Amino acid sequence: MSITVQDVSNIILETLLANPKVPRDISGESKIIEDLAFDSLAVMNFVMEIEDKLDVSVPLDRLADIRTIDDLARAIVVLKQEA
Amino acid sequence: MNIFAKFDPLRKSLEQLKAISKRNPFDVVVERPLSATTGIIEGRETLLFGTNNYLGLSQSKEARDAAAHTAQQLGVGTTGSRIANGSFALHQNLEKDLARFFNRRSCMVFSTGYQATLGMVSTLAGKDDILFLDADCHASIYDGSRMSPAQVIRFRHNDAEDLRKRLRRVGNIPGAKLVVVEGVYSMLGDIIPLKDFTEVKKEENAYLMIDEAHSFGVFGEHGRGISEQENVEADVDFIVGTFSKSLGTVGGYCVSDHPEMDLLRLCTRPYMFTASLPPEVIAATIANLKLITEHPELRQNLMNNAKRLYTSLQKAGFRTGPHISSVVSVILDEVGHAAALWNRVLELGAYVNLSLPPATPDEHPLLRASIAAAHNFEQVDQLVEIYIQAVKDTGLSLAK
Ligand SMILES: Cc1ncc(COP(=O)(O)O)c(C=O)c1O
Repeated sequence: MSITVQDVSNIILETLLANPKVPRDISGESKIIEDLAFDSLAVMNFVMEIEDKLDVSVPLDRLADIRTIDDLARAIVVLKQEA
Repeated sequence: MNIFAKFDPLRKSLEQLKAISKRNPFDVVVERPLSATTGIIEGRETLLFGTNNYLGLSQSKEARDAAAHTAQQLGVGTTGSRIANGSFALHQNLEKDLARFFNRRSCMVFSTGYQATLGMVSTLAGKDDILFLDADCHASIYDGSRMSPAQVIRFRHNDAEDLRKRLRRVGNIPGAKLVVVEGVYSMLGDIIPLKDFTEVKKEENAYLMIDEAHSFGVFGEHGRGISEQENVEADVDFIVGTFSKSLGTVGGYCVSDHPEMDLLRLCTRPYMFTASLPPEVIAATIANLKLITEHPELRQNLMNNAKRLYTSLQKAGFRTGPHISSVVSVILDEVGHAAALWNRVLELGAYVNLSLPPATPDEHPLLRASIAAAHNFEQVDQLVEIYIQAVKDTGLSLAK
């Protein structure tokens, strides 16, 4: 049974909403830097949390192409398939 | 489109900072150093506790004399890169001295520590390789990783088990795995549990590079850093570091036993495409390296000072980092408080660093002091008094 983009996206949203500083109205289309007001360090820290939840490593060089939460979810699904 | 539009968020942050801080912390000028531990700032004699001049050697007589003499004899610049037209016998002498100091086969000297880490990280890690970086590594290491075609994986700070998990997660790969860590981390002065890391490195068949920028000359019986102190030098593949802290000058190096080091001189771009260090800087560095070798009591003085500052601050109720090293930071919660405290400390006669997120771990602002062998107990006690007075004057509470 493989994990879907929707599943991953939901897990990311859940993780983000556990942080009280994150706006409540985020969705899969939210842009991580602009809509969440994350700086580069905050993005790396939050990706680390997701990595541990999903047992996957997202290389930092891949983050360059990722803008939205769904982009991140898609990248993680690909990484999990490669593993 | 205005090419500067992308800097608007930065402009806003700077304006916010200026609104809450009387002075711009990025603009402090030491009008004149008076000694390794005092200088004139804003016209006043001020205690210097923010210089990274750990052994006070920026002002050593030996280095000044060597620099002056060498400038007279050889001039003030090499006007060229190491491989094209800028290697003097002095550069090779310093490389030999450093290799001997570290008991290593070879040494490469760079024009700054930034370029040493940038160059080594970006060149060693190729397309099929994977870099594993501690979450709190210095900007030069992260910049090197961006210059490298390798994949980059970040692991939790000082957590060898987390590194092991991430190394295992990637499994067998066609290339090599290079782990990059630091001996002492520059913001909190916390120390790596290096034995745990060398165990993981060996078990998982990875290479290990350590940046001893803040530990060289400070830790280890001979001053060779945390690798020496933890007795694991044989398991460390590459040691990089800087001349700009305990050695008191400017420049950087990498030492290693790997016989391929000389090849790296021909493919490490931050080594090849920049001018080499001027002869007077090399001569001063050689002189200060000799002082470090011959005066172990400098390290003892430094650690005595650091212990005194660290324990006095804790006793006074300040929150500090987890370990005692030449960096002693007070951890604060709000940038406004930190800025107010830092300004007041400067007005009361001591210069320390105001370190701000995102350059600090966990988004905490810090008052960062660097301790020198050249400080005396009176100066250390004075700094503690100034911190306590500044807390009173700014009406902050130290409730943990
Ligand atoms: C860990 C670390 N590496 C490298 C450097 C860069 O050294 P340099 O000042 O010689 O460029 C620094 C200094 O800021 C540092 O803290």
